[in-house]
Amino acid sequence: MAEAIAFYTLAVLILGLGVAVITTPKTVHSVVFLVLNFLCVAVLYVVLRAEFLAVIQVLVYAGGIVVLYLFVVMLVNLKRAPEAHEDPRRLARLGLALSGAVLLELAGIVVYSYGRVTPASAPAAAGPLTGAGNTEELGWLLYTDYLIPFEVASVLLLVAMVGAIVLARRES
Amino acid sequence: MLDTIVIPVLKIAVLLNAVLVAVTFMVLLERKVIAWAQSRLGPMRVGPYGVLQAIADPIKLLVKEDIRPVRADPMLFTLAPILSLVPALVVFAVVPFGGDELFYVTDINVGLLFIISVTSIGVYGIILAGWASNSKYPLLASLRASAQLISYEIAVTMTLVSVILTAGTLSMVGIVEAQQQSGLWFGFVQPVAFVLVFIGGLAETNRAPFDLPEAEQELTGGFHTEYSGMRFALFFLAEYANIIVISAVVTILFWGGWLRPFPNVEALAFLDLIPGWIWFFAKMFVFLYIFIWIRATLPRYRYDQLMRLGWKVLIPVAIGNIVLTGVVKVLL
Amino acid sequence: MTGQAAAASTAAPIFDTDELVINMGPQHPSTHGVLRVVLRLDGERVVDADIVIGYIHRGIEKLSENRDWTQIILLTDRMDYVAAATNNLGYCETVEKLMEIEVPRRARYVRTVLAELQRIASHCLWLGTHAMDIGAMTVLLYAFRERELVLDLFEDYCGARLTYNSMRIGGLPLDIPTGWDAKVRAFCDLMEGKIPEYEELLTNNRIWLERTRGIGVISAEDAIGLGLCGPPLRGSGVYRDVRKDEPYAAYDELDFDVPLGTRGDTYDRYLIRLEEFRQSIRIIRQALDGLPEGPVMGKVPRLIKPKAGETYHAIESPKGELGYFIVSDGRATNPYRFRVRPPSFCNLQGLRPLITGHLVADVVALIGTIDIVLGEVDR
Repeated sequence: MAEAIAFYTLAVLILGLGVAVITTPKTVHSVVFLVLNFLCVAVLYVVLRAEFLAVIQVLVYAGGIVVLYLFVVMLVNLKRAPEAHEDPRRLARLGLALSGAVLLELAGIVVYSYGRVTPASAPAAAGPLTGAGNTEELGWLLYTDYLIPFEVASVLLLVAMVGAIVLARRES
Repeated sequence: MLDTIVIPVLKIAVLLNAVLVAVTFMVLLERKVIAWAQSRLGPMRVGPYGVLQAIADPIKLLVKEDIRPVRADPMLFTLAPILSLVPALVVFAVVPFGGDELFYVTDINVGLLFIISVTSIGVYGIILAGWASNSKYPLLASLRASAQLISYEIAVTMTLVSVILTAGTLSMVGIVEAQQQSGLWFGFVQPVAFVLVFIGGLAETNRAPFDLPEAEQELTGGFHTEYSGMRFALFFLAEYANIIVISAVVTILFWGGWLRPFPNVEALAFLDLIPGWIWFFAKMFVFLYIFIWIRATLPRYRYDQLMRLGWKVLIPVAIGNIVLTGVVKVLL
Repeated sequence: MTGQAAAASTAAPIFDTDELVINMGPQHPSTHGVLRVVLRLDGERVVDADIVIGYIHRGIEKLSENRDWTQIILLTDRMDYVAAATNNLGYCETVEKLMEIEVPRRARYVRTVLAELQRIASHCLWLGTHAMDIGAMTVLLYAFRERELVLDLFEDYCGARLTYNSMRIGGLPLDIPTGWDAKVRAFCDLMEGKIPEYEELLTNNRIWLERTRGIGVISAEDAIGLGLCGPPLRGSGVYRDVRKDEPYAAYDELDFDVPLGTRGDTYDRYLIRLEEFRQSIRIIRQALDGLPEGPVMGKVPRLIKPKAGETYHAIESPKGELGYFIVSDGRATNPYRFRVRPPSFCNLQGLRPLITGHLVADVVALIGTIDIVLGEVDR
């Protein structure tokens, strides 16, 4: 019961803040809403007993990445409106296609998860979380079953970093 | 009901008040210690030896006129000091002042990460204050602040990894218990990490010699130039609350928290007569004092030198320390 | 001017960037009064700077042309108000030169002692504020503690603590009070022990070194070209000290060294001024040892009215070469033309080339290192 209340309150907050992010006229304000949004998501993780994920969400997204966002938004002059594309309906069509794709994906996830949980109908399906803390388990999983995706992701980030440095370097 | 709601709420209420009172007296301590360092007397007028200055200051700030620049952003200008103070206070939820359950609000299994992540939110207060003031000096200061905080956060977090490796847990209580078991404070096991965390802590709390975001000689007060009265006081509270947090964290991670010296030596068992929380506060006081002492002694770094120190010295050393800790851990 | 500035201007940024224009001053804690520096910044780097003065202009030169010759001494107090005695000295000697008045030897010795005490006081103020600008706040209080003692000595001598009016044309208004020389000696002993205290906090401090070494380097040619004087000039290794080159008061009879720098950076200028503390103490001790007996006031006509003519006379004030150019028409009891060459004003010429290419944090350090007093710049 308490969990359901928490979930729906958070869901409303997250969606509301999400709407606020894209509707606020001032860019700095929308970044602030984005931070609040991330914090609410972190609380959602806590409700799901994924404390480690929650803390990492705050640390990496709210405390790190969005700070850099804010940095850019504050410094770049955003007063000039973006130049309109020749075809005014291009954006609308693109948006429609993208939101359709997301909707399909969400529907797919819902159908798939229903199909998976119903036959098993056991709470142990997802693997029980021991009291010792999920940090260790997460670590084990990352370095055993998911080692290759983990390493691939690291290399990807490294490539992005090198790329950024190459782009930002001044010709000397 | 009693266990899940009443007692925690009471604990939180007591803790919040204790922290805020501690902060006001920390300001007094700073004024006194710096005054002695500079062969002055410091505050002497309010109460005997000026001890009531700690109460007079907040009253003065509270009753001051609340000034908001006309061209400031109203929402963010108000929000910034709050965003700065709240994380500083929230962190205390996982700081154990003693081994007994009475002395901490909660002990979560990711305690240390919780502290790191919540303090990282505090930077928003500074950045937004600088931007919302719509003034040039605060803007420059908030740029300095955000670059500084992110850089040093990386260094500190990297360093803490080696402590976590040594302790084998992220829980604050667990880390102290690990020190009890090993019989050695981690300050002796991880001296490099201690130095790095303390330097990083100085930088993250914007303290001298890393107080660039509020360098009054260069930026006329930095990000809080346009703030006055209680809004300014909130920044002030946040800064000193953060100093207390860093001192507490250093005490817990490296100097055995509430443990007496040489926790496993039977011959010194008489030291247990002194309760753990007194040991804790005594150790913490030492670090608070060092914070002030440093401020009275050192000149200020320049922005580029500060970044160089962070990225080219602290972070490589921190990474080396992790590798070394890992190797030693595997070999033993 | 410097290499960094050249690099900043030639490297073409790939993104369009706006320069940030910042008004540092006239109300700013580190501009030492009412100096206004309009900085054009690229990030935190100074691309260009415009130095605006005149906020404390009181027209002292014009006022002086409408005052009695003796009354002008009061006005000179108010130029470099942290070194009033040297200003008095420069003016009185200029008029004495114009009127060819012989100043008694004792008066010249006491004047030397006063001028060197004043140099110590002025350098104390400089050291404290300069260190404060770079963030070392304790040095400020230490230096002011010693400056206070100098002010006490001046109070004992003439009753005033800031604007002394301590000299007269032809000598001194008062002989030194009984026991004053012993007090000055005691102060010298004490001051000698305090200089290592400053040095311990700064000289080998790594942060201090990083903040001052290689900051605001100026070559000897540039320094001469800009007309710098005093410690900023000597910091670049140019041997020029009016006390040695054109001795006045009793300096030709006393033995002292002129410290010179080699690199011409902020650190050298700092070392030079610290050494000048020691040399001042040396001069004061010699002057007190050799203090001759006799009157302190020479033969001066009741009505001071120099014959028609003009003269220029310079002394070495704590900040550099302080010169007075005075024209008398021989008829009035006031100067026909009165002009001061203030060292702060001339040294301020060097600020723009010094700060261009440096960071905002260096700007305050560099304003500190040239040691200006705005009262003297604007007059």
